[in-house]
Amino acid sequence: MENFPLVLVLSSIVKILIIVHLLLIGVMIMIWAERRVSGWMQDRLGPNRVGPQGLLQPVADGLKFLFKEDIIPDHVDKPLYVLAPAMLLVPALIVVAVVPFGSSITLFGHEIPLQIADINIGILYILAITSLGVYGVVLGAWASNNKYSLLGGLRSSAQMISYELTLGLGIIGILMLTSSLSLRTIAIEQGSYPWQWNFLIHFPAFLAFTTAMFAETNRLPFDLAEAEQELVAGYHTEYSSMKFAMFFMAEYMNMIVGSAVTVTLFLGGWHFFGLENVGGPVWSGLISFGIFFVKTAIFLFGFIWVRWTLPRFRYDQLMNFGWKFLLPVALTSVVVTGILWITTNSRLVVGIGNAISAFIVVSIVAGLLVMTTPKPAIQESDSQFAPTALDAVE
Amino acid sequence: MNAEQILFILFGAVSLIGAISVISFRHPIYSALSLVITFFAQAGLFVLLGAHFVAAVQVIVYAGAIMVLFLFVIMLLNLGTLSAKGAIGPKLKGFAVILGILLAIEGIYIAVNSASDTAVAAAESATGTTTTYDIGKLLFNEYLLPFEVTSLILLAALIGVIVLVKRENQEGN
Repeated sequence: MENFPLVLVLSSIVKILIIVHLLLIGVMIMIWAERRVSGWMQDRLGPNRVGPQGLLQPVADGLKFLFKEDIIPDHVDKPLYVLAPAMLLVPALIVVAVVPFGSSITLFGHEIPLQIADINIGILYILAITSLGVYGVVLGAWASNNKYSLLGGLRSSAQMISYELTLGLGIIGILMLTSSLSLRTIAIEQGSYPWQWNFLIHFPAFLAFTTAMFAETNRLPFDLAEAEQELVAGYHTEYSSMKFAMFFMAEYMNMIVGSAVTVTLFLGGWHFFGLENVGGPVWSGLISFGIFFVKTAIFLFGFIWVRWTLPRFRYDQLMNFGWKFLLPVALTSVVVTGILWITTNSRLVVGIGNAISAFIVVSIVAGLLVMTTPKPAIQESDSQFAPTALDAVE
Repeated sequence: MNAEQILFILFGAVSLIGAISVISFRHPIYSALSLVITFFAQAGLFVLLGAHFVAAVQVIVYAGAIMVLFLFVIMLLNLGTLSAKGAIGPKLKGFAVILGILLAIEGIYIAVNSASDTAVAAAESATGTTTTYDIGKLLFNEYLLPFEVTSLILLAALIGVIVLVKRENQEGN
């Protein structure tokens, strides 16, 4: 502790302040972007009254949330009911500590890495903390003492546990080639050009990881935890005011952090055609931060794009997809990467092998599913899987 | 007192309080949550020992996966609060007391014997942090056989679960 120069201590504090605030502001911008982009995709305007282009709409929303009456229903388990939103928000907020958001800045003779903490188990830290996010959902659901909430919470936690496996396995290929768990090392190991980035070498793992990320953040097409038609609002049905806002913020924060992690692991981190090396010791660091920021923003746009494009899965489809497609793909990618990397030591061979093996696995699984599924006698019998409100009306 | 000692006392206290609340809460959900807190504090203790990898695995496996399943079961069975009387019979109580005394003796024995200077010196002489690289090397050299045996046991458990669930399904049909 005593050996740390003042510059490093101060810079750490500044980094923490900047990143936490960027994250919070990012949440606001994401909420605005989601509404505007959805409006654009549905050929309408979206919120555009408050501030230029409606940019201040999230501020207005936030104020409204703050001043709304905070209702705690009588039938809830009060301590857990109050605790649950925080238990979802805090993990989302502290995961970002290990994400490297740029190369480094040299100030007063000290090299300051643009990362809050470079720990040698960075990826495991991320997996560990994100796995704690389940508690917020489960406890909120249970404490609400409402069957819709409980169903939503159970769905969400089953989904998160199932897709966590794919999330973890998708990373292992990268770990084998980088032989490091530190996110900074992984980002540095990827070169300046897109064909050197991990997403090409581990293409199937990249797809599986990204899909699992959508499921982990409870985003459409995997938002069964809050399927409005079936469960009112899922686990946060009973929440109002700022407590609901905290659930809402946690979802967007998870998206931002998830995008940042994906960019670091698969999309080359702050590298972009050597642009990150332009300028002096300070400017190159800032430019690398800018590149990282833009990449994350593009990925986040993808989140919104998918949400307003794809319909929701049915629950059995969700589980089938996770366990029968994503998990085998991720598992094969681990085995194939390991064998090919040891025998040939060539990234090109690993990349091609991964793509081919994933294609084979998906074909086999699809073939097996088609062969083993009994053909429905009548087309309408499909509806037995999903008794909807419409059926009841009929 | 340096920062490390303060953190040690903090994590130790939290883990103890968590452990005591596990058995003193009447409601199973609160007990399970206290256990999570204990696991978390223990992960903190591992970090203080420089065992970052073990700490992360502790959180991933115990706090992140196993305890979620516990909560699942508690919620699905909808267990109410346990009453103070009749929860455990007198026979079980005697058994618990004997086990508790044995455990206490064990703990004291370990605490007295490992407090020698050699253990501390050995820990200090290590670089301070155990990296994943070191653990991997140990697992695949010195402890290869136990490691593989463990994986086989896990595989057997996995297959066992599938077989049990499958049979139940067929009977159900």
